[in-house]
Amino acid sequence: MDVRAHMSMIFHLDKCIGCHTCSVACKNLWTDRKGAEYMWWNNVETRPGSGYPTGWEDQDHYRGGWKKGWVGVELKLHSRPRGLANLFYNPALPDLQDYYEPFTFRYEDLFTAPEGDDQPTAIPISAITGEPMNIESGPNWDDDLSGSAIYAANDPNWKDVPSEVQAQMAEIERVVFNYLPRICNHCLNPACVAACPSGAIYKRGEDGVVLVNEDKCRAWRMCVSACPYKKVYYNWSTGKSEKCILCFPRMEIGQAPACAHSCVGRIRYMGVLLYDADAIRWGAEGDEKDLIDRQLDVILDPFDPDVIAAAKQSGLDDGWIDTAQKSPAYKFVKEWGLALPLHAEYRTMAMMFYVPPLSPVVSTIEEGLIRLDLPPEQVDFELFDNLEKARLPIKYLANLFAGGNEALIRGILRKMLAVRIYKRRQSVEGEIDEATMNMVWSAGTSPEEIEAIYKLTTVPTIADRFVFPPYHREMAAESMYGDPLARKGDTGLGYSVPPERGA
Amino acid sequence: MNWNMLLFIVFPYVAIVLAIVGTVYRMIRRPFTVSSLSSQLLEGRQLFWGSVPFHWGIVVILAAHLVALILPAGIEVWNRVPIRLYLLEITGLALALWALFGLGMLIYRRVSVSKIRAVTTPLDLVVLGLLLAQVITGILVATVYRFGSYWGTGVFVPYVQSLFTLQPRPELIAPLPFILQFHASLFFVFLVVFPFSRLVHIITVPLGYLTRPFQLVKWVRRDRPVSSEREPVGAGRR
Repeated sequence: MDVRAHMSMIFHLDKCIGCHTCSVACKNLWTDRKGAEYMWWNNVETRPGSGYPTGWEDQDHYRGGWKKGWVGVELKLHSRPRGLANLFYNPALPDLQDYYEPFTFRYEDLFTAPEGDDQPTAIPISAITGEPMNIESGPNWDDDLSGSAIYAANDPNWKDVPSEVQAQMAEIERVVFNYLPRICNHCLNPACVAACPSGAIYKRGEDGVVLVNEDKCRAWRMCVSACPYKKVYYNWSTGKSEKCILCFPRMEIGQAPACAHSCVGRIRYMGVLLYDADAIRWGAEGDEKDLIDRQLDVILDPFDPDVIAAAKQSGLDDGWIDTAQKSPAYKFVKEWGLALPLHAEYRTMAMMFYVPPLSPVVSTIEEGLIRLDLPPEQVDFELFDNLEKARLPIKYLANLFAGGNEALIRGILRKMLAVRIYKRRQSVEGEIDEATMNMVWSAGTSPEEIEAIYKLTTVPTIADRFVFPPYHREMAAESMYGDPLARKGDTGLGYSVPPERGA
Repeated sequence: MNWNMLLFIVFPYVAIVLAIVGTVYRMIRRPFTVSSLSSQLLEGRQLFWGSVPFHWGIVVILAAHLVALILPAGIEVWNRVPIRLYLLEITGLALALWALFGLGMLIYRRVSVSKIRAVTTPLDLVVLGLLLAQVITGILVATVYRFGSYWGTGVFVPYVQSLFTLQPRPELIAPLPFILQFHASLFFVFLVVFPFSRLVHIITVPLGYLTRPFQLVKWVRRDRPVSSEREPVGAGRR
């Protein structure tokens, strides 16, 4: 057992209001640069929808992630010799149009236009060429366009959802959607790392952050294709790949990543997960239906004395073990079993986890079932037993988060619903009747667990949501330079060489 | 000092030293600038028809040149049977024409597509111009002064070997026709341009990918023992 720590984020989708504050915080901090205008290290998609870049989940087209091979797993993108043969042209690279062509407006025209009868306008120009252009797509072009024939209809997650159900979903009074915020998943078995011919991408041992060493990047751009989540981007100006860095400079001083910190709906949680690095291979190789179970087995119990001993053996100090025990990520993923990775079938073992959204499901039933003679609590119970009547098909959520396994999603939604009904009974009626208790037991939970889930979901403080370990950067500096004071003022923000395009 | 000495003694040595020193400096001190500078994201279709023929054509031809320089005896043995000589020459010419087609496509793409123009540096155009000149003179040599693989081992190989043994014999080149001299000296121009242009990506061909482990994990602290376990490196600095 080789115990390592991982910084993992939880996205509680039930709380996401789709305000894009996370995207803007990230954009302002990291990608507001030439060549990076089109990149959204954090983006928020409307689901059902085709996402960003358009149709990124269509792996027959983009060939991202892993597949089972003769021995273990192989990259879908290429074998090693094939990877070298494709250096001159990468057949699975998205085109800029699959994201969008970045644009700005010629604002100076507003001031320099000759006097006339019409108001001068600022025409759109390409941020690449500076020439006038027709804007055909842009950031969040599909925002809230669920039900549209362009975006929602092309969502790959309709797989196995009957076409008549899909058709119903496009009717205006049946339209339902939720939001899906996405960052780099900092996978345990990252395909971008494996696909990089130069070996420029690596995973940090201390916290699992996956980073691109741009000094080693040679623009072979295999990472862009190999990442099934399309979360590695190619900077067209500098000729280097870039990706979400999980705001590691912020985490190292105990601050949450900008996207999580700025989250208006407070949907994001962050904490340590301990995992067994020796079991990663085993976890990625399983049959498709076992992948989520295996990934959860790779994540270790931080209270288990054996795990703690092995963690210390691997060099994890008490601070990390302590925060692993307090980690909200551990609670959502393992203790309560409410959070799942996005598209486990890609076999990259994504380490960002999602609590599936309950609200669109509930509104469905309430729309469909509310009758004057039916009190709200009965609606609750009816929904609890009839999740298949939900307006957003369970199958759709299962395709997103559970590799098509509806039972897994149903179990999570029932548990979340049990929390809702229990707390509603408690606060509205002031007492919990037998029917409610039966429902609680049948959802596989307990009043204690419900209180804990309720507290962390509804009224958490910032210290509950973000539990960061002591990174001890001062010790890292010490180990690098001997005496950290000897090099005081020598390091810090800034560049030894400005990151400009080479000739 | 005559033109022959200048072009085939002084210039080659200056070019070789510049290429080595410049490339080593750039790889170590300016690694961020080393990149193949792919523009596939901005334009892909024309790139396919340009990049693939050009690169494969030029890589195979360059390799053949290299084999002739390193193993001239092997080429001589191969060429002993006429049909094999024809086969080699025709293959080489076909590859050169294929590369020329790709190069033409790449040049057309670079000047005609506005997004590609936006990421074009003057040196990119210099490199394309040099390549065009080199490929065309190579094709002229192969057609006008036929069977270079046959006579080349007796002329160019001794000259290049004389360069490497520091006893240059430029007189071997002197009697050759102009196009041949041009083709040879243009190679040294490439060496001069090499460290300053995108040509430098040639030496970054990632052959290590064939053998390295798929997953790479780096440790900030584990890879470097803490100061209590070793002599502090910063201690003597002030």
